[in-house]
Amino acid sequence: MGLFVAQLLTGLANAAALFLVASGLSLIFGVTRIVNFAHGSLYMLGAYFGVMLMQSLPGAVGFWGSIVLSSLIVGAIGIIIEICVLRPVYRAPELFQLVATFGVILVIQDLTLMFWGAEDQLGPRAPGLKSVVRILGEPIPQYDLALIVITPFILLGLWWLISKTRVGILVRAATQDREMVGALGVNQSWLFTGVFFLGSALAGLGGAIQLPKGGADLLMDLNIISAVFVVVVIGGMGSIVGAFVASVLISVLNVFGVAYLPQSTLVLMYVVMAIVLLVRPYGLFGREEKAGEHGQAGEPDRPIRPAGVRGRLFAAALFLALALVPVFGSNFTQVLLTDILIFCLFAASLQFMLSTGGMVSFGHAAFFGGGAYAAALLVTYADSPMELAFLFAPLAAGLLAVVFGWFCIRLSGVYFAMLTLAFSQLVWSLVFQWYDVTGGDDGLVNIWPSAWLSGTTTYYYFTLIVGVGGIIFLRHLIHSPFGYSLRATRDSARQADATGINVTHVQWAAFATAGAMAGLAGGLFVFSKGSVFPNELEIEKSFDALIVVFLGGVKTLSGGVVGAAFMESVKDWLTRLEYWRLILGLLIIGVVIVAPAGIVGTLRGLSERLGLRWTGETTR
Amino acid sequence: MKQIKTIVAATAALVTVASSAFAADSIKIGEINHYKRMAAFAEPYKMGIELALDEVNEAGGVLERPLEFIFRDDDGKPGDAVKIAEELITRDGVVMLTGTILSNVGLAISSLAGEKKYIYLASEPLADALVWESGNPYTFRLRTSTFVQAAMLAEEAAKTDAVRYATIAPNYAYGTAAVEAFKTNLKKLKPEVEFVTEQWPALFKIDAGAEVQAIEAAKPDAIFNVTFGTDLQKFVREGSTRGVFDGRKVYGLLTGEPEYLEPLGDEAPEGWFVTGYPWYGVEDGPAKDFVNAYEAAYPGETPKIGSLVGYMTVKTVAALIDKAGSTDTDALLEAFKDLKVETPMGEIVYRDIDNQSTMGAYVGTTAVDDGKGVMVDWEYKEPVAYMPSDEDIKAMRPAE
Repeated sequence: MGLFVAQLLTGLANAAALFLVASGLSLIFGVTRIVNFAHGSLYMLGAYFGVMLMQSLPGAVGFWGSIVLSSLIVGAIGIIIEICVLRPVYRAPELFQLVATFGVILVIQDLTLMFWGAEDQLGPRAPGLKSVVRILGEPIPQYDLALIVITPFILLGLWWLISKTRVGILVRAATQDREMVGALGVNQSWLFTGVFFLGSALAGLGGAIQLPKGGADLLMDLNIISAVFVVVVIGGMGSIVGAFVASVLISVLNVFGVAYLPQSTLVLMYVVMAIVLLVRPYGLFGREEKAGEHGQAGEPDRPIRPAGVRGRLFAAALFLALALVPVFGSNFTQVLLTDILIFCLFAASLQFMLSTGGMVSFGHAAFFGGGAYAAALLVTYADSPMELAFLFAPLAAGLLAVVFGWFCIRLSGVYFAMLTLAFSQLVWSLVFQWYDVTGGDDGLVNIWPSAWLSGTTTYYYFTLIVGVGGIIFLRHLIHSPFGYSLRATRDSARQADATGINVTHVQWAAFATAGAMAGLAGGLFVFSKGSVFPNELEIEKSFDALIVVFLGGVKTLSGGVVGAAFMESVKDWLTRLEYWRLILGLLIIGVVIVAPAGIVGTLRGLSERLGLRWTGETTR
Repeated sequence: MKQIKTIVAATAALVTVASSAFAADSIKIGEINHYKRMAAFAEPYKMGIELALDEVNEAGGVLERPLEFIFRDDDGKPGDAVKIAEELITRDGVVMLTGTILSNVGLAISSLAGEKKYIYLASEPLADALVWESGNPYTFRLRTSTFVQAAMLAEEAAKTDAVRYATIAPNYAYGTAAVEAFKTNLKKLKPEVEFVTEQWPALFKIDAGAEVQAIEAAKPDAIFNVTFGTDLQKFVREGSTRGVFDGRKVYGLLTGEPEYLEPLGDEAPEGWFVTGYPWYGVEDGPAKDFVNAYEAAYPGETPKIGSLVGYMTVKTVAALIDKAGSTDTDALLEAFKDLKVETPMGEIVYRDIDNQSTMGAYVGTTAVDDGKGVMVDWEYKEPVAYMPSDEDIKAMRPAE
């Protein structure tokens, strides 16, 4: 009994930081519709500022004062981010802003390293709360009890702010219908800035308040972000109470998981998330999302048509140039181009379901890594020839997508995205944990192609043909009747249904196709590298693909491919420099601000304005 | 935007000029690491390398040519590391590859090395699979094996009358291998021990309060700890607050390494038996010379285990090329057979049987001295006695 109560209290105390960060993210999303990837970075900043201030301000007043001060500082940083980075891109297509926030992550990572150095910082203990209280014989740290008391007050304060004040009324109104709020004469810009301040300050508070239980380190930004996403989704996007309930649920569950299923700690959270989303698609306290009610943000989609003569000639010339690379280019150019082509195919497969199908996936890496692992497992255990294993990659990934798709396509918008994330994390944790079969973190090694394909140049040609073939196949599919039905389901599921299109089946098929093509890219990947590790299934891999699709231009056909080629080349070049993350982050932010329609979209607009092309035509 | 471009261009130009000026006739080594992702470990490592490079080059370099390391960042991604390895070999013309801290990146490069016949000295990765289950003739490993360090701790543990053990280790390959090695060795020495609970927190995501409660609930006599970094900080803080270490012996793998002990300050645990690096305690010989040289080269810095490994990496490379008399891959491979290297830890040998070096480990007891965590009553132990038998190793290594 004593142990049970003690575990419950530990769970409640752990919920504090999680709740603060999650409520901030939830608030920001509710009002601005921005999925702020950089929220973990604000949490990290809160922790670093907290340590710094606590070292200079003495005593209990100094300790609690530092926590409040760091929260305010991080709130101010949030304002800077909102004004400088996000405000210029509010008119861009939905979710485009997440690319900008990704740039912010990179910038903050390097700046933190420059400013505070590489060594982990231990958080100071809270003055006067250093020992334990015995409850039913079990030792409970005093600071845990303090957190358990403080958190509900913060919740109460937020609740009062949201439901009793004028600011709160505006925030709620904007959460429900921000265009109407604008139409009624409320200055949206300042409302957004204010919400960003509040959300960031909460993240900073979370970072500072957890210090006596941990410290500040350079990995904490990405370490917390996935848990925060889970909490926000389970609680319901935009709901503060939901964030509270969900963080308590997850934290308490985690504590009991540690006690009774110690090896399960990685999976548990995502299993719960998947179950909640299947039973209550909009989270425990979320409302049904009304995305697309006012049409899509940004300029309307253009009608698409197959490439014209010029476009085809250009593509053919490009292909020819690539085919001639082994004659002129160095050995390494081929290695680099192999990487780029694989990433292009992966991005193209995501773009197919994202742009044409309107299904934003946050877990596309499940199929890329899934394909790679399928091939690698076949080689490792069945000793099967490379050719067979390679064909198995898209097949297995496609099958995986069929299964996941069946669950996911019941949802839409951000909730669809989050469910894909949950599934991909399930696959990741399975691979990571099932050491006997997958090798866990040590991965599967020595997966090399057959002798006839093993040279760098031979494999380059193989990748060129398969990769470009895959991309052309996807493009062709978009122009087929299937592609047209898919776009119909994206633009209006109801009307598509009325015209006799089976919306579910079309979306399901598109999901499976995208998965299979990602698996094909994964198959190419594993034989080019000779090994595969769980990294290829991580959230980061999914986000990489997402970023390049948006960066290239979500409302174009070739955006993913162009974005992927751009990103891989820039990265290859920049990582030679000391502060490459800072430069890459600034570059991404720069591109996002200069080209809110993506690289391809903006180039297209530019060439039209210069009269090089007439409006409406789309070449590549 | 324009400014950024200018800065980028200027930086790039500088880098190119700087590297080409040196590149005239130097012998190049490709060093791949996670300089950003694992900055806390990679920075001291890089400083160790640079210190040794200065020494080697001041003494005339190798084969009368300067030795040069090309540092490249892989962001902790195995796929990127493989690409960079190819580039270093085919474009920059490096003689061999070194580096990596993360085991999976090390394994990815090792797989490439085996396939493409590049020589790879895995300096820091912890996974024993590099030289055993996934070993290949082209991969060599410097750092003391995890199995050996766990065996040293198990030997000490067997001397006590503790029989109920709890283990806590990060939930990934290194953690599981370490626990496995500790269990095997301890059971061999003392068959009656039982393991009453095994805790597996996710790496760098420990829920320390819950872990401590679970360990306390199992009422063990002793604890085997594999957590490190921020996980260790949180575990130690929650554990000492809740009194889980009171009256229990704790055995900590790597806990005594300055990287992990220093950030704990005066909260460092006392009385743990650990492996680590007590640089502050060495009084003479090459070990002291290294400490002096390091502190002289980097005022205000103190050596970490990473610095030592980086330093020994360069010394290995220099000794290797000198012995081979050329930079030809076959000659280097031949020279690596039972290669002897003089290091701050004394002479180490790269064993022909499994390409593992005989770098040993310092073991001792933790204490707090002047507000800092230190190791006391430590000794340096040679690893050979703790290795698996030659037959076992041959059985583990794939046929060559």
